[in-house]
Amino acid sequence: MKAKGRVFKYQDNVDTDVIIPARYLNTFDPQELAAHCLEDLDPEFSKKVKTGDIIVAGKNFGRGSSPEHAPLAIKAAGVSCVIAATFARIFYRNAINIGLPILECPEAVQWTEDGDELVVDFDQGKIVNLTKNKEFQAEPFPEFMKQIMAADGLINRVKTSR
Amino acid sequence: MGMTMSQKILAAHAGMEQVRPGQLIEADLDLVLGNDVTTPVAVHEFKKTGFTQVFDRKKIAIVPDHFTPNKDIKAAEQCRMIRVFAHEMGIENYFEVGEMGIEHCLIPERGLAVPGDLIIGADSHTCTYGALGAFSTGVGSTDMAAGMATGRAWFKVPPALKFVLKNKPGPWVSGKDIILHIIGMIGVDGARYKSMEFMGDGLAALSMDDRFTIANMAVEAGAKNGIFMVDEQTIAYVKEHATKPYQVYEPDPDAVYDEEYEIDLSTIKPTVAFPHLPSNTRTIDEVGEIVIDQVVIGSCTNGRLSDLRTAAGILKGRKVKKGVRVIVFPGTQRIYLEALQEGLIADLVKAGAVVSTPTCGPCLGGHMGILAKGERAVATTNRNFVGRMGHPESEVYLASPAVAAASAVTGKITDPAKL
Ligand code: SF4
Repeated sequence: MKAKGRVFKYQDNVDTDVIIPARYLNTFDPQELAAHCLEDLDPEFSKKVKTGDIIVAGKNFGRGSSPEHAPLAIKAAGVSCVIAATFARIFYRNAINIGLPILECPEAVQWTEDGDELVVDFDQGKIVNLTKNKEFQAEPFPEFMKQIMAADGLINRVKTSR
Repeated sequence: MGMTMSQKILAAHAGMEQVRPGQLIEADLDLVLGNDVTTPVAVHEFKKTGFTQVFDRKKIAIVPDHFTPNKDIKAAEQCRMIRVFAHEMGIENYFEVGEMGIEHCLIPERGLAVPGDLIIGADSHTCTYGALGAFSTGVGSTDMAAGMATGRAWFKVPPALKFVLKNKPGPWVSGKDIILHIIGMIGVDGARYKSMEFMGDGLAALSMDDRFTIANMAVEAGAKNGIFMVDEQTIAYVKEHATKPYQVYEPDPDAVYDEEYEIDLSTIKPTVAFPHLPSNTRTIDEVGEIVIDQVVIGSCTNGRLSDLRTAAGILKGRKVKKGVRVIVFPGTQRIYLEALQEGLIADLVKAGAVVSTPTCGPCLGGHMGILAKGERAVATTNRNFVGRMGHPESEVYLASPAVAAASAVTGKITDPAKL
């Protein structure tokens, strides 16, 4: 499993209220959530983002409240992967469970800038920054994780395992 | 590389020789837990999977405790939904009002958590069972749904902090003071994503109830789980309550810990967490004059028999200060009955406290003791966030049952030694 895309780079502590402001939590429609994704941090994001693009951010990405709307908004916006130095615990679980690939890799974050082009190989945990010509190593996805991503989330994977 | 207690339990349940921090694993579960708030969502997700049976009828526990006895129509509907589900699936450990208790008091009492178990619960204080040497952690409703269907869950193997406890705590110092002291020291993020592992000679001086209180609040330091080394007291508790087999795991001598803290229990003083964070702690001599409106004694943190004994011991023959409301809510029906038979309930009622049936009620501002604007409560619960017990401008001070009971007598936060 691979991803390739342009980087949207953000700082530390991007919280769930910024990822999807609470005023939009009255819907669970992915497209509507996507339309307001990161609106209060980067008003242009939902217009600029293209399918496959990658979010790179600092420490503690996704801190704050627990609904699954936040990773869902990012995924529905077309983002193929989020790479952060660290993730908030609940966001991490929610992201995996809805099938949004995420990787922790502080080195990649440090050396990557907004607009860089990245290729991510999830099976090997390899992140290549094509713009900077640098390579970084994150934790590779084990088999069950690949299955969760391929099935589009934990519940779907359970369904297909039946 | 050596493994910690938590890592060993995860490795064993994943069928692996070795795991390391950061590794993603999938593991077999010994228990999947939910309550009346999280189970309805999990049932909804479970139905999406197409599964018509749960993985094991004995290994799921559903405890309606948050808004029960049903607070309103919505609570009644939610409880009915999970009651029907439990019945349809033949889930053995569904506990109806009358046999229930606050989940984290009830599960160990019923022998459903034993040393070496791997447990997930759709409630953040599921970490409580670490007191028994189990790996136990809170998850979301989706994980509960998948767990009920497959008996498995995924984990990111946590790194760990080591807490070596030394000596004995002084009079009026309980598990609550110890964990508040630790959270005050390391902060609400101090153990983020990590295991807190408790060991050392000082363990011998801590009752099982003290350990449950400490493990219960591990999540308030951000931990994934808290876990205690198993000793004779743990084994005695397990023999008394459980029939299922257990397994004792000890850390390898070369286990790697991110940080090691030595805690001299004899130096800890009664400790109070001021609004609005559990880490905002002061020792009792630094508290100053804090006048209170309400005292809440109970919850999954401090609703056990020894907690009620401490509170009743202080209130016996005394009177609650006029104008202060004291609400006591025992953790389970069994604790309630034992407190009744020991005469503790009579002591509390004579002093002017009200005693409720087991429920989460006031702890999460659900029902039975909501605070008005500007009111202050001393509570033996685990969270003092903004609005936790009622109005956003009310305040909650976290303390031990001894401090709470002493405060009930004087109407302000009080050192039990000074009564
Ligand atoms: S008593 Fe409070 S903290 Fe414990 S399970 Fe109930 S609501 Fe949660």
